[in-house]
Amino acid sequence: MHAFDVLGDPVRRRILELLADGERSAGEVSTVVQNEFGISQPAVSQHLRVLRESGFTSVRPVGARRLYAVDPIPLRQVDEWLEQFRRSWEESYERLDELLEGLKQKEGKEDGS
Amino acid sequence: MAAKTNALKVTTPSDTEILLTREFDAPRDLVWKTITNPELLPQWWGPRGTTLVVREFDFRVGGGWSYLSKGADGEHPFKGEYREIVAPEKIVQTFIYDVPPFNEMVAVENMTLTERDGKTTLQTLVQHGSKEARDGHLQSGMEGGAGETMDRLEELLAKTA
Repeated sequence: MHAFDVLGDPVRRRILELLADGERSAGEVSTVVQNEFGISQPAVSQHLRVLRESGFTSVRPVGARRLYAVDPIPLRQVDEWLEQFRRSWEESYERLDELLEGLKQKEGKEDGS
Repeated sequence: MAAKTNALKVTTPSDTEILLTREFDAPRDLVWKTITNPELLPQWWGPRGTTLVVREFDFRVGGGWSYLSKGADGEHPFKGEYREIVAPEKIVQTFIYDVPPFNEMVAVENMTLTERDGKTTLQTLVQHGSKEARDGHLQSGMEGGAGETMDRLEELLAKTA
């Protein structure tokens, strides 16, 4: 699944937020998310699986519990990509500002003759 | 000098979409005339330091466009096709980064221009992903995010840093 699709979902973003504060068990995450979003435990498990398989989280078993943590590397890659995308558009639009400013003055002169 | 209020806003309205919103201090007719003029395109399209060659600009529904952007890191070809044109308010076009394997992915750009108090807001909704990908989404029952901004991602990154 594409990184955008992973992060586009509000439940998965919330799970990442919870894990950003530190490692948590699948059970803890599930309880919080089930309450906040009103979804079932299997639905939360499905989201955890997507995050795990896409590399956004890591998981380690401790006894009977499975502890989830955020892996910041894919997040950083998405952020870098977006930043590049944003910068490219920002600069285009700034250049468009300058061009429009020049054209406005030119049109003003022509109209005001 | 007025304060800089025309910052680019980037949001993700759904799983596969990016919405760019930017205000320009010019009336809509002028913005429209400018962005649809192939002779003016090299003056603004692309990051600073790049030069643009407009290879095709067949501005009608079904017509194609093709640009070559040259920068310090090399040449980048882009192309697409116009799907809908409503002067002076709307352009729908496809967008392809014409380099394998990226050229297998077709994005759709929906541009809308709205005018208020002599200023124009340009919104570009970039829809990524194939129809298959979208259908896959619908089948798996995943709902789109609700207009979350990328600021959330940045907060998250700050936390995990």
